[in-house]
Amino acid sequence: MSRIDVLKTYKIFIGGKFPRTESGRFSPLKNKDGDLVANICLSSRKDFRNAVVSCRNTQKQWENTTALNKGQILYRIAEILEGRKSQFIEELMMTGSSKYQAKNEVEQSIDRLIYYAGWSDKFQQIFSSVNPVASNHFNFSVPQAMGVISVIAPNEFPLLGLVSIVAPVIVGGNSCIVLSSEENPMVSISFAEVLNTSDVPHGVVNILTGERKELVSYFASHKDVNSIIYCGDKNEEIKEIEKVSVENLKRVKIYKRKNWNDKTSQSPYFIEQCQEIKTTWHPTES
Amino acid sequence: MSKININKSWKYDESLESTSHIKLKDKYDLFIGGEFVKPLSKKYFNTLNPATNQSIAEIADANDKDIDKAVKSARKAFNSWSKLDPKERGKYIFRIARMIQERAKEFAVIESIDGGKPIRESRDIDIPLAANHFFYHAGWADKLEYAFPNKKPTPLGVAGQIIPWNFPLLMAAWKIAPAIACGNTVVLKPAESTSLTALKLAELIQDSGLPKGVVNIVTGAGKTGAAIVNHPDINKIAFTGSTEVGKLIERSLAGIEKKTTLELGGKGANIIFEDAAIDQAVEGIVNAIFFNQGHVCCAGSRLFIQESVADIVIEKLKDRISTLIVGDPLDKNTDIGAINSVEQLKTIEKYIEIGKKEGGEIYQSKCSLPKKGNWCPPTLFLNVSQSHTIVQEEIFGPVLAIQTFRTIDEVIEKANNTPFGLSAGVWTEKGSKIFRLTKELNAGVVWANTYNKFDPSSPFGGFKESGMGREGGLHGLKSYLKFE
Amino acid sequence: MNFPDLEKTLKIDKVGVHERVNRFCKRSIKTSAKTHGLHLALSMIDLTTLEGKDTPKKVVQLCYKAQHLHDSMLDLPTVAAVCVYPTLVGVAKKELIGSGINVASVATAFPSGQSTLEVKLNDTKFAVDQGADEVDMVISRGNFLAGEYNFVFDEIAAIKEACGKAHLKVILETGELDTLDNVRKASDIAMYAGADFIKTSTGKISPAATMSVTYVMLVAIKDYCKKTGIKIGMKPAGGILTAKQSLQYLVMLKETLGDSWMNKDLFRFGASRLANDILMQLEKQESGIYQSLDYFSKD
Repeated sequence: MSRIDVLKTYKIFIGGKFPRTESGRFSPLKNKDGDLVANICLSSRKDFRNAVVSCRNTQKQWENTTALNKGQILYRIAEILEGRKSQFIEELMMTGSSKYQAKNEVEQSIDRLIYYAGWSDKFQQIFSSVNPVASNHFNFSVPQAMGVISVIAPNEFPLLGLVSIVAPVIVGGNSCIVLSSEENPMVSISFAEVLNTSDVPHGVVNILTGERKELVSYFASHKDVNSIIYCGDKNEEIKEIEKVSVENLKRVKIYKRKNWNDKTSQSPYFIEQCQEIKTTWHPTES
Repeated sequence: MSKININKSWKYDESLESTSHIKLKDKYDLFIGGEFVKPLSKKYFNTLNPATNQSIAEIADANDKDIDKAVKSARKAFNSWSKLDPKERGKYIFRIARMIQERAKEFAVIESIDGGKPIRESRDIDIPLAANHFFYHAGWADKLEYAFPNKKPTPLGVAGQIIPWNFPLLMAAWKIAPAIACGNTVVLKPAESTSLTALKLAELIQDSGLPKGVVNIVTGAGKTGAAIVNHPDINKIAFTGSTEVGKLIERSLAGIEKKTTLELGGKGANIIFEDAAIDQAVEGIVNAIFFNQGHVCCAGSRLFIQESVADIVIEKLKDRISTLIVGDPLDKNTDIGAINSVEQLKTIEKYIEIGKKEGGEIYQSKCSLPKKGNWCPPTLFLNVSQSHTIVQEEIFGPVLAIQTFRTIDEVIEKANNTPFGLSAGVWTEKGSKIFRLTKELNAGVVWANTYNKFDPSSPFGGFKESGMGREGGLHGLKSYLKFE
Repeated sequence: MNFPDLEKTLKIDKVGVHERVNRFCKRSIKTSAKTHGLHLALSMIDLTTLEGKDTPKKVVQLCYKAQHLHDSMLDLPTVAAVCVYPTLVGVAKKELIGSGINVASVATAFPSGQSTLEVKLNDTKFAVDQGADEVDMVISRGNFLAGEYNFVFDEIAAIKEACGKAHLKVILETGELDTLDNVRKASDIAMYAGADFIKTSTGKISPAATMSVTYVMLVAIKDYCKKTGIKIGMKPAGGILTAKQSLQYLVMLKETLGDSWMNKDLFRFGASRLANDILMQLEKQESGIYQSLDYFSKD
């Protein structure tokens, strides 16, 4: 008798732990032949709330981690992902990607992590300025992490899209709660396992699976979230986000792009979008 | 000459700035398409001198149709202005800067008459800074591709700009200069109580030969502002004002592709450590809260003093404010001018009552106040805490809420304990402490051993509910450009 | 007399001081306030001659000028004092009898202060014996900059004792003290050691008095008064040439120490040329015509 496979239970990722959704709800994910691939958690607003708490608790510590260290941790994520390449290719193929597409997406994801790892101690230099004020002061402007960011990840490219958004968010010192690709969430939970073995402090990245229409407005309205990134082009969702985010004047970024696999889908400007500019003045004797 | 008795106490005489060179019309129309045109609304309102509450002039009250006309004129101008050689665009803006310098005195006097601010401030701060803003941004016009590596910036289109009454001409400059330097055209609305210097700027722009319609200046109150915000052919809204109105604007623009920048309210923490240069810190406290009658979004309205020096700082502060002169904005010796409007005075007085009712210990300077007009003496509230209303809410007047603290962690926590995040001040002679504070304070501008300093090259803007985006400096340009 | 707790000396931020000083200079003093202020300034002048080439005749001329500033103008006050070297105190004292004008003498190996305590004490005693009402001593800047604050303190205290009834003005020579923090520290040491006045400069070192330095000293005086109740006087000296400058100093005095310091008992200008510029301005105030120095006597 052949060996029975051990099937994986796909849970969600909050504060470095893998709980089931507190709601107990799930949704079956099927492959293109209609077979059940996995049961995916349908996260609730309470899961989101808990994730925000863990995000907030860890954000300052993460921001204060040296740029060099943050870069090394991002590089570490890439290393671990490289080591588990075949698993990710397999998972992507299970949910419809061709072998070529799957391989390409995983390799691009690894390269993108390394791309942003390299930016960790450089973007500040690109986006800072010393301002030549007309008085006896030294004045400079530097980027500072926005804080806690909620992310509605792209539906397309379930791994590469996720990496393309999360990497610039965290390399800039933010922590985040991500709602992964609604259409294809499985791989995001495997990616959480990668994060969890890559020295990323618990709570810096939290990953939920579930339905956009249920969660978007909580992602946008929570007053302890500083910014929201929405990837998609549904006008009613965008309008809802822009409306309820006014509650605490959350910074809203909308990415309507579908393609996360071209030259323009990575740049330091993705990091800059998640930074506030702070200007400091100090007198200088003359 | 009467006999001088040098044993009598020496007092400054009134020293009024001359108004003889000021030319004001009785009635001001809308500046649209390079011409002053009568409002389609056919309505006007009065602008008052807050030092006397007497009418200075009539100002047109623009309605939806007037705004539509202004937007059309801006749109038409955009087509050619955005294609004009950037170098030439810059030259027009340089010219405006120079002309403001030439007419600085006139602008300063009108600013003080219309808005109530002391002539010393309008003369030495508002007007020169306004000119400098044009000068700074003029130079950017043909250098924008150097500001954003690997990006090709292009203008947004028509910008609708709504500005407040606390720095009327300066805010107009903050808005107009970067917008037109980046190749946009503008419909700007000054605050209804302080439209005059913007309208004088319109006259100056007319004289400067700037192509018609690049800058349109329309006047009116909230309804006029709403018409700008909601106009479908405007690509960008830049607003400076209250957080409440800022949120209204954001809500009404939800789902609509219009870029916004907001500069909103604040409740700045000004932190005095025991190792500060105490006398200069006291001066900084005064400058932080009593500059421009406290009508400053980045005012240091929450003072935190380390317990070990609290007594000496408060004693020195009380002494210092007793020397502040409150009175006629046109007197060169006035330190604190008139409160901008009757309504604002009522708001401030309401907060002072709340402060007293909630148990704050009030101390006011015993300075004399003029009989007519809107005045408020410098006011301190001692023994208050984070829970007091006057500590939480923006008063926008010369009212300072004073708390003490013991440790660095405590003061950082309290300073950040607010929905606002515009500005903060830190006073200590210890460098490493300054850098810790400037890093950990959630504020867009941190003044260390100084306060309320502004410069066109220095980005300004808030975290959290104090706004979005920056104005000024390289970072401010981004608000008026798009990147393909 | 206690040695001040220098650990607690208030720190000074130079840029902040400059900003404060600029605010004083922005005050606009016009019409009767100007006339009143200029009269006040005249009454606070220590008319000074401190040159190697000074002679009795020169001092006699100066003393006449001190009493007759500009006789064509009525109701002018006299200057507060005439300030000379110890050897000329006797001459000045004689000339000024009955005038109400004090004689001040520099002492303690003026201007360098580089001598032994014995010499300095003798110098002081000689001036007092000659009739000096006021003694302007210099501190030992070298010792101060070397951190020997106790030495500086003890020296001032010893001179104070030697002064007897004469008032002691302590010259810090701020132009050699490098920082405003040092100016503050030296002010505290001088006051605690018994100075009746603190004074900026000898006039032999550039920069002499500046508004920033004077401001720091005025604040030190204020803090000392709050602690002890004792009012110490202030004398900026050197570099104050114009009527306008003198008014700016008076504004600073008024807004820092208040009206009770606005008299010659607590504030002096050490100056030789200031008086004539003030007289020109007063003449202009009265006549409305701009003046020339040729019409004002130079002594």
